Amino acid sequence: MKLPIYMDYHSTTPCDPRVVDAMLPFFTEKFGNSASRNHSFGWESEEAVELARKQIARLIHADSKELVFTSGATESDNLALKGVVEMYRQKGDHIITSATEHRAVIDPAKALEKKGIKVTYLSVEKTGRVNPDDVRNAITDKTILISLMLANNEIGTIHPIKEIGKIAKEKGILFHCDATQGVGKIPVDVQDLGVDLMSFSAHKIYGPKGIGALYVRRKAPRVRLVPMLDGGGHERGMRSGTIPVPLVVGFGKACELCEQEMATESIRIAAMRDRLEEGINASLEESYLNGHPTERLPGNLNISFAYVEGEALLMGVKEIALSSGSACTSATLEPSYVLRALGVGSDLAHSSIRFGLGRFTTNEEVEYTIERMIKAVNHLREMSPLYEMAKEGVDLKTVEWAAH
Amino acid sequence: MAYSEKVIDHYNNPRNMGSFRKDEDGVGTGIVGAPECGDVMKVQIRVENDTIVDAKFKTFGCGSAIASSSLATEWLKGKTIEEARQIKNTEIVEELNLPPVKIHCSVLAEDAIKAAVNDYKKKAEEVSRKEEAAVSVSAS
Repeated sequence: MKLPIYMDYHSTTPCDPRVVDAMLPFFTEKFGNSASRNHSFGWESEEAVELARKQIARLIHADSKELVFTSGATESDNLALKGVVEMYRQKGDHIITSATEHRAVIDPAKALEKKGIKVTYLSVEKTGRVNPDDVRNAITDKTILISLMLANNEIGTIHPIKEIGKIAKEKGILFHCDATQGVGKIPVDVQDLGVDLMSFSAHKIYGPKGIGALYVRRKAPRVRLVPMLDGGGHERGMRSGTIPVPLVVGFGKACELCEQEMATESIRIAAMRDRLEEGINASLEESYLNGHPTERLPGNLNISFAYVEGEALLMGVKEIALSSGSACTSATLEPSYVLRALGVGSDLAHSSIRFGLGRFTTNEEVEYTIERMIKAVNHLREMSPLYEMAKEGVDLKTVEWAAH
Repeated sequence: MAYSEKVIDHYNNPRNMGSFRKDEDGVGTGIVGAPECGDVMKVQIRVENDTIVDAKFKTFGCGSAIASSSLATEWLKGKTIEEARQIKNTEIVEELNLPPVKIHCSVLAEDAIKAAVNDYKKKAEEVSRKEEAAVSVSAS
């Protein structure tokens, strides 16, 4: 086993070597601009881009003409929200999203608020799920867009997108889904889910960084967007700019691999994740799962270790790459807004660790991580005045703390 | 963000980690911070003849918070309580090479020292008041 161990797959993933192999020729001998219509260099690249488009479309059950390439999911989310609102502004001025969306949706929504758009940020249930009834109740005759994520990046909770898609369809409102964490990990079918726009990116599914896509429905309804970039009119006029052919080829290959391997891979990863959870819980009392117990991404495990601060914990296992909902380094000292939205107390939000398992995670790494986590948590609890007080029977909730 | 070697050393080998009984004679206890903010520090001193003969800490917080309080207990030993009050957070920042986002950890350590000293003084005053009362009773 090699150190350090990477267990932060929600953040990004390594390129699969098969993806890199597919990309390499397109940096050197096959370097043509896919928009060049007059020579073989262009034709060769265009053919590669169209193949990739098909591979990507197949993974999400879309038509290849419905994909708009972007620089990544952040751009896709911006294009979806701002592009739809600008196009349909005459029809209404209200959009619906949720409190636990990624910043790539929350921040564009806030930018739209400054321009006079009304935004409803739905609260979520304890498990992190949006309740479809809440969506229905939030809809007004001015609502032009609903934007909700498929799976959450911190807690892995999978939202009831299909049910919400039905409501959106029934009410005739466009539905955008940020599926960045879900595509390639769980089955995604844009027809079945009933989404009209969908964001996702390559680097979360063992493809290269710097490329993503926005699915834009062409039929029933035909979705139109005001582009963010003006230029050569690429991507049906929705996203100008020369297509980064090697990245697109890699994106296509990554999607093809996910399509072929997802069924077995997700079972294998979920089993390792379950072993990690069980191994930790067996030895560490007061470890609390954040998120949904079952409706969760296969590679996700988010746990709060009571009486221990997350960043200190990461320091204790620094040969394992993990992420924490603690915000000790941020200027505001505010812990994860996602965990806060679930109703997790600030103290436990500061104590949270996100484990992200993926394609190259091994059983050996999982066993090592269990052992190291137990040691580090016990070391810090030994040092924690809160743990000492709790052991003495002091109810920490009744203590009057001097907040600083 | 990378931690300084000194912070890592205090994290791995905390100095004077532990607790005294709060009600022991000569012990002053300072608890500052709040779980909601992600830091709680407890610093305790044991005083004999105005001199701190021993110190202990327990901290819930990031590595810099642990290191700040661990360092504080090292510095406290051997100081008079008046000298202890003079310890400044900036000295802790300098010794541990804390980056700007971690300065609040050193502030908390300074607050914990002051709280421990104040607690000791309050207890000492109460003891002497009781003694005075006892003396005046026996004199009458």
